[in-house]
Amino acid sequence: MEDKKRKVCIICAKANLEDVYAALILANGARMEGIEAELFFTFFGLDAVTKKRMDKLHTPVVGNPGLRLPGGLPFPTLLGVIPGMEAMVSFMMKKEMEKLDIPPVSEFLDMIKAAGGKIFACKLAMEMFKLKKEDLYDDLDGILTVGEFYERAEGAQIIFV
Amino acid sequence: MPKKLYAGIEVEVDDEGYLKDMSQWTPQVAEAIAEELGITLTDQHWKVINFLREKAAAGEEVTMRKLGKSGVVSIKDLYKLFPNGPLKKAAKIAGLPKPRGCV
Repeated sequence: MEDKKRKVCIICAKANLEDVYAALILANGARMEGIEAELFFTFFGLDAVTKKRMDKLHTPVVGNPGLRLPGGLPFPTLLGVIPGMEAMVSFMMKKEMEKLDIPPVSEFLDMIKAAGGKIFACKLAMEMFKLKKEDLYDDLDGILTVGEFYERAEGAQIIFV
Repeated sequence: MPKKLYAGIEVEVDDEGYLKDMSQWTPQVAEAIAEELGITLTDQHWKVINFLREKAAAGEEVTMRKLGKSGVVSIKDLYKLFPNGPLKKAAKIAGLPKPRGCV
């Protein structure tokens, strides 16, 4: 299995807690299997590598049919419009994740880097959101154009989140 | 059930070569499995192996994060010690079942 070098390039384009974690777990899990892994954060996904936002990601409480109240009843959309509800639900979600030893985003990025994974940000999205390199995760491996992303992804499997 | 001979000791293994019974394990078995995986065990490796066996005996699941925070080894070093699938390789050498954690 180890002879042919497998590689995955994971694109994260969303800032929802669940989407960002899907990307992070896929990247870290790939490294754990000895697969090369690169993460590319674009559009709203940039929140996950923006220092002041990365550990404050939320899960949507409006228009999220998968969301349940403790006990299993569907989470009423109208409850979601109450101020602070999204923050509270996201906090509870993070607490449950911590119990499973799933780290906060900043620590997870550090883990992926320590595991030999690479982390990139999208140039165009940074320009659009007026983000500078200093605003982003310190250990970033670089800022890429779409062309540069494809160059790096040659022969790899690409996963879009 | 497949059996394998490691360092003159016959052990039961699963289809992927993980020991079925951690009590059949000896340090000599570990050396032999490691050799098969192309790893020469050093003190650093042994610290990880012993930690994994202690946790397994206590019925605890070990995640990468837990191992990284244990003070036994950094995540970076773990990947160097057991290249290409550190937790799985370390578990195999430690005579433990294949780890099924996602983090």
